[in-house]
Amino acid sequence: MSELTAEGGHGAVPLKDVPADKGGATTQREWPLYEVFVRGKRGLNHVHVGSLHAADDEMAVRHARDVYTRRNEGVSIWVVRADAITASSPDEKDPLFAPSGDKVYRHPTFYDIPADVPHM
Amino acid sequence: MTATHHETHDEPQAVFDATIERGDRIEPRDWMPEGYRKTLVRQIAQHAHSEIIGMQPEGGWITRAPSLRRKAILLAKVQDEAGHGLYLYSAAETLGVSRQELTELLLAGRQKYSSIFNYPTLSYADVGTIGWLVDGAAICNQVPLCRTSYGPYGRAMIRICKEESFHQRQGYELLSTMMRGTDEQRAMVQESVDRFWWPALMMFGPPDADSPNTAQSMAWGVKRNTNDDLRQRFVDMSVPQAEALGVTFPDPELRWNDERGHYDFGTPDWDEFMQVVQGNGPCNAQRIAHRRRAHDDGAWVREAALAFADKQAAAVGEGR
Amino acid sequence: MSHGTPDPNAATGSVYDGLLEHHDVVGDDSAWAFGTDFEDPLAGVDTTVPDGVDAAELAAYCLMLGDDALVMSHRLSEWASNAPDLEEDIALANTALDLLGQARLLLARAAAADPSVVPALPEGSPVPAEDALAFFREAGDFRNVRLAEVPVGDFAHTVVRLLLFSTARLAVLARLRESRDPVLAAIAAKGVKELTYHRDHAGRWFLTLAQGTDESRRRLLAALDEVWPLHAELVSAHPTETAVAAAGVGVDPSEVAAEVDVVLEQVLAVSGVDRPEKGALAGVRGRTGRHGLHTEHLSRMLAEMQVVARAHPEGLW
Repeated sequence: MSELTAEGGHGAVPLKDVPADKGGATTQREWPLYEVFVRGKRGLNHVHVGSLHAADDEMAVRHARDVYTRRNEGVSIWVVRADAITASSPDEKDPLFAPSGDKVYRHPTFYDIPADVPHM
Repeated sequence: MTATHHETHDEPQAVFDATIERGDRIEPRDWMPEGYRKTLVRQIAQHAHSEIIGMQPEGGWITRAPSLRRKAILLAKVQDEAGHGLYLYSAAETLGVSRQELTELLLAGRQKYSSIFNYPTLSYADVGTIGWLVDGAAICNQVPLCRTSYGPYGRAMIRICKEESFHQRQGYELLSTMMRGTDEQRAMVQESVDRFWWPALMMFGPPDADSPNTAQSMAWGVKRNTNDDLRQRFVDMSVPQAEALGVTFPDPELRWNDERGHYDFGTPDWDEFMQVVQGNGPCNAQRIAHRRRAHDDGAWVREAALAFADKQAAAVGEGR
Repeated sequence: MSHGTPDPNAATGSVYDGLLEHHDVVGDDSAWAFGTDFEDPLAGVDTTVPDGVDAAELAAYCLMLGDDALVMSHRLSEWASNAPDLEEDIALANTALDLLGQARLLLARAAAADPSVVPALPEGSPVPAEDALAFFREAGDFRNVRLAEVPVGDFAHTVVRLLLFSTARLAVLARLRESRDPVLAAIAAKGVKELTYHRDHAGRWFLTLAQGTDESRRRLLAALDEVWPLHAELVSAHPTETAVAAAGVGVDPSEVAAEVDVVLEQVLAVSGVDRPEKGALAGVRGRTGRHGLHTEHLSRMLAEMQVVARAHPEGLW
């Protein structure tokens, strides 16, 4: 019987020989990734609640309201493009001699695709 | 875990091992073994795909929901599933794969989703049964993952588990309401439970003896319980719920075992399971075709939004 | 929501303890069970009809506004699992849920004002009034505008339809906040916040599609052409609307026509789109959606929507 994992969702799914990367370019350009920060009520800090994709800042705010707050009124939202964040987290044990300020994730979206390349 | 005994704690593998050993979380910028990263991507991706494909069997009943309250509940639930998929794809993205990449792998049939969603939904009672049994089984699988070793995955799972428990309750509540209704409704509930019981048990995967990858995943803290443990826990949990509901499970071997302190139960049809896993389930082709159509139909919209954003950015640039 | 349910999580309770203290989820539990948190939408509300208001007219008017929301919500809900991206799937579901919530309140208000509008069901049927109205009326008894009922079309079609629908409905509900019927006034106040969001969302997409790619502009213009003839009905008055407006209970939609036009003109101008020249879709001897004269699409839509409920007229859901 092939290898299956039961955890990680709604049941056993074969994982043997399943690729973890596509290996090669995707066929479509993707909306950039945004990080979402929400202040639940006055007096609190904004807290990172998750990510989403949006074509631009304004849509990112709209989506953030829909996805992360269900349009709860009186909630303050910040969105910022993930590739605009510079990160420093010595606790996360960067490899020795890594630059002290770096990107937050290993995001593939950090590789800028020129806008004039079709279907990237 | 011999690495934890190394003197040179700056060595990445040793740091990684020590973090796991402490029960601490691995975060995206940490060094991690490639096998760990790939295992996580595979697992998170199949979970994300399952959420998105899982919108279909129930989503098909939104337009036929028999009361406005049920329609609102079901629509909110299917919407939650889109949210779960979104959180999980985001978690996978911290490991260097994009949502688009994973979607393409799904549509190409190279990554899978849970087989349970390849079974058809044939009556409104199925909405309740999926909530009660399928989401119930999913909770058994998912709750331990809130403590999974990879930080972003665990955080996504906390949010998801909270909502899944609502999903299970609404399913059970729908069924128990229907059981207080007419004879036809009670028969509809029993018929639905009869169809979903065995597929729900199969959700936990083949017996441990046949799941060779479990050991490594458990050592890494990616997976935290064995298939058989989780299945037993699910059966023990479900039997009293079925009794309270007034339905039976279609298993003549199901009975309490005083000695073990657990319910004994029969063996699922693993041949059927493998058939469905291999793509021959009642709805495999339909589910993927639906997903592909939605993705393809949306391509021009996604492109338009990007093109508009590019033009806005260019206009701002010129204005400077 | 269920009370006697055995706790399915008892065996793994410790993990849930942590969830309860989890602070990054905004708001309380009701926030994500959006629009699903009540059994009787008007529970605890005083539904007495104000002095000098014709209860039958009030009920007929509530059905018009309620059916608009119900049918539009149904069409929007068809996007579930079909939207261009996950974020938009969630946004459209929110909009559908908002309108469904408005529909429930309005249908319940109609039934409370004049119980004779509710279709008769077998003796002892547990089907509540809002559901009897939604699931046991024939197409000819629905009072929604035809714009709400036409099939869902592509994303551009939905954007145009939602823009026209929410712009007009927002203008109506903004005035309805002053209704002499406190129930209607309260429903309107809630709806205004929701519709403002719907209109802005649709307006933003209208601009995006108009200025995006050649393909998106082509599709948007085609959708606008197709939907525009249905616009006039949104801002024309049926005699019931005229009557309730005169009584200070409702709003005459023809009175918001100019205001609606200003908003639409703004969206068209900023998007660089000309106003379509197509005239209004004709009725039949002057009868349109508000009179119960619909397109061929409504009865098909209802056949699907009502199929389960009608098979179980004494069903408990």
